Amino acid sequence: MSKTLIRGAKVLGGEPQDVLIDGETITQVGTGLSAEGAEVVEAGGKVLLPGLVDLHTHLREPGREDSETVLTGTRAAASGGYTNVFAMANTFPVADTAGVVEQVWRLGKEHGYCDVQPIGAVTVGLEGRKLAELGAMHESAAGVTVFSDDGKCVHDAVIMRRALEYVKAFDGVVAQHAQEPRLTEGAQMNEGVVSAELGLGGWPAVAEESVIARDVLLADHVGSRVHICHLSTAGSVEIVRWAKSRGIRVTAEVTPHHLLLTDELVRSYNPVYKVNPPLRTERDVLALREALADGTIDIVATDHAPHPHEDKDCEWAAAAMGMVGLETALSVVQETMVDTGLLDWAGVAERMSFTPARIGRAEGHGRPVSAGEPANLTLVDTAYRGPVDPAGFASRSRNTPYEGRELPGRVTHTWLRGKATLVDGKLT
Amino acid sequence: MQRHLISAADLTRDDAVLILDTAEEMARVADRPIKKLPTLRGRTVVNLFFEDSTRTRISFEAAEKRLSADVINFSAKGSSVSKGESLKDTAQTLEAMGVDAVVIRHGASGAPYRLATSGWIDAHVINAGDGTHQHPTQALLDAFTMRRRLVGRDAGLGQDLDGRRITLVGDVLHSRVARSNVDLLHTLGAEVTLVAPPTLLPVGVETWPCEVSYDLDSTLPKSDAVMMLRVQRERMNAAFFPTEREYSRRYGLDGDRMARMPEHAIVMHPGPMVRGMEITAEVADSDRCTVVEQVANGVSIRMAVLYLLLGGAEFQTPSTPAAPARTAEENR
Repeated sequence: MSKTLIRGAKVLGGEPQDVLIDGETITQVGTGLSAEGAEVVEAGGKVLLPGLVDLHTHLREPGREDSETVLTGTRAAASGGYTNVFAMANTFPVADTAGVVEQVWRLGKEHGYCDVQPIGAVTVGLEGRKLAELGAMHESAAGVTVFSDDGKCVHDAVIMRRALEYVKAFDGVVAQHAQEPRLTEGAQMNEGVVSAELGLGGWPAVAEESVIARDVLLADHVGSRVHICHLSTAGSVEIVRWAKSRGIRVTAEVTPHHLLLTDELVRSYNPVYKVNPPLRTERDVLALREALADGTIDIVATDHAPHPHEDKDCEWAAAAMGMVGLETALSVVQETMVDTGLLDWAGVAERMSFTPARIGRAEGHGRPVSAGEPANLTLVDTAYRGPVDPAGFASRSRNTPYEGRELPGRVTHTWLRGKATLVDGKLT
Repeated sequence: MQRHLISAADLTRDDAVLILDTAEEMARVADRPIKKLPTLRGRTVVNLFFEDSTRTRISFEAAEKRLSADVINFSAKGSSVSKGESLKDTAQTLEAMGVDAVVIRHGASGAPYRLATSGWIDAHVINAGDGTHQHPTQALLDAFTMRRRLVGRDAGLGQDLDGRRITLVGDVLHSRVARSNVDLLHTLGAEVTLVAPPTLLPVGVETWPCEVSYDLDSTLPKSDAVMMLRVQRERMNAAFFPTEREYSRRYGLDGDRMARMPEHAIVMHPGPMVRGMEITAEVADSDRCTVVEQVANGVSIRMAVLYLLLGGAEFQTPSTPAAPARTAEENR
């Protein structure tokens, strides 16, 4: 196998070091390492991170290959510095059987850009009524450990309780899309000052917070762990903070867009800002940043949600909810967390690689950048700053809210088990 | 000059007064034996109605015809829209046929704004009601009616509604009429009070430029005009209020309540009225009720808006582009 020497990289933002990759493994980390027999990548002060892990991606295959496939989605992931993505279950057919999750897992393996770890549906058809065969999905080749009805809330308290209990048998976790369905009928955007003015149906914060409150109490009662998807409100932060202080095993994620954007943008009625949960207020954004910094929120997850152009090129109410995020996530995190002084690069590695891998029990990912570890790595030019150009995306979809916006940071190289998937910003 | 009329909030005081004054001139046309002006001869206006509406469509159509425009009526029912055609394609198809202005009624809030700002078409866009967002020509005709009744037909020229106390009663949450009226009446200097059960007021209403009350009886003596909003019976199925009877007892306008209003005060309703619900027949048919006048005034107002937008005349003030506060600037 080939050798690669990454020279002069700030490992996790520290002092410049050399990192030698031999085959699939990091063999040496130090200064002045010999380049003999190795291809040299001059890092020139760029930041080297462990390959990023996304606990929340929609790859759309099978069923909506017009918006994304496992191939295009994993290429987008590699472009964004990811080496492992967890693919949500809301495909057509739904990933609620061993057959579907194995198919998705195998496609990821074949393409080789990024490991794909399928997430299994909690209930059959995401309908919230009957538990899917969680054990069978876990025992399949895909080895599913994370289960979610994302896109829909497991709103029935008994079903949620049973799911939390059941997955304990194989150390699984339920990732809850917290949205009380009755409180969000017809919901189009965050309920508040802006929705009142725009005449768009409100999605109140309490619809998220009440479900999170219930679920942390359920997790406590049955001694399970629970993961909260795309936490979006200041009130949710308070509940998770309280639950953690009580020793409840809850983890939570925030999306890049909820760290940066607010519902003021909806005044444009441009559906590129339509997402679920919706963009909230500035107060929420600041609370989310603070919570991510202090560890109340454990990780950043993209909720990468590709949609074809026609599903966004229409009136607000008719538009699909969601934004692509894999190729801009790290830039948004640098903008909102690093450049603001809230987080250093080691903190970013923690929240975008180590911890998501730990929550999802992803083996070989989210490991330290040190000798003997799998060579899953991401090299970031943190000095770069430039406008986002969706035309350059590897994703099949272009529904980004950042078009034309200047953001810092650019992933130049990604290695998946020693194999470069991205070189100088170009996919291999 | 504005190219479109999307929201009452986009109008300055001077814009609004100019429209009201122009509408007074247009109203005189209605008194002539031949009710027609040549102003928009050779211009084509399409009435693009995605929602059923009889009175608003007919009102626009009458206004367009009195200005000699060529009129195309498009209703979504039975059209290509019901076969899945998008708003964008429908609009572009119509524009390809040489349309100068699009009057749009749409069930989705923001649809006219999208049409005006997405680069889909070049035509002028006039909002004839979008979802629960805005209905600016309704607010203008209401203001016109108030100015005539409370200030005077001739005395009102050039005047706004400074200091007039206007009360809006009913389903504010689902009402584009209420939103447009609050915006426009505030711009014209009126003091607005919204009266509704708390369930029918939007979260966030506290930031609107008006007062809010849950008590109709205490508000009536302090009102120069009381506008009753339609309350759909179906709302009670979604628990907005317990029963129709309870709603009309607490928030309906009957003869006894009307007697608490000052003598000069008027009763308004944008229609269609639900008699026995928000308004009794006794009030609806009384001299103080301006419902029929509002309909007549609607034609004058729509003529004025079409004339000012398409006729080449400019609003007196160089006004801001549509929706000045609505540009996509993020707060960080």
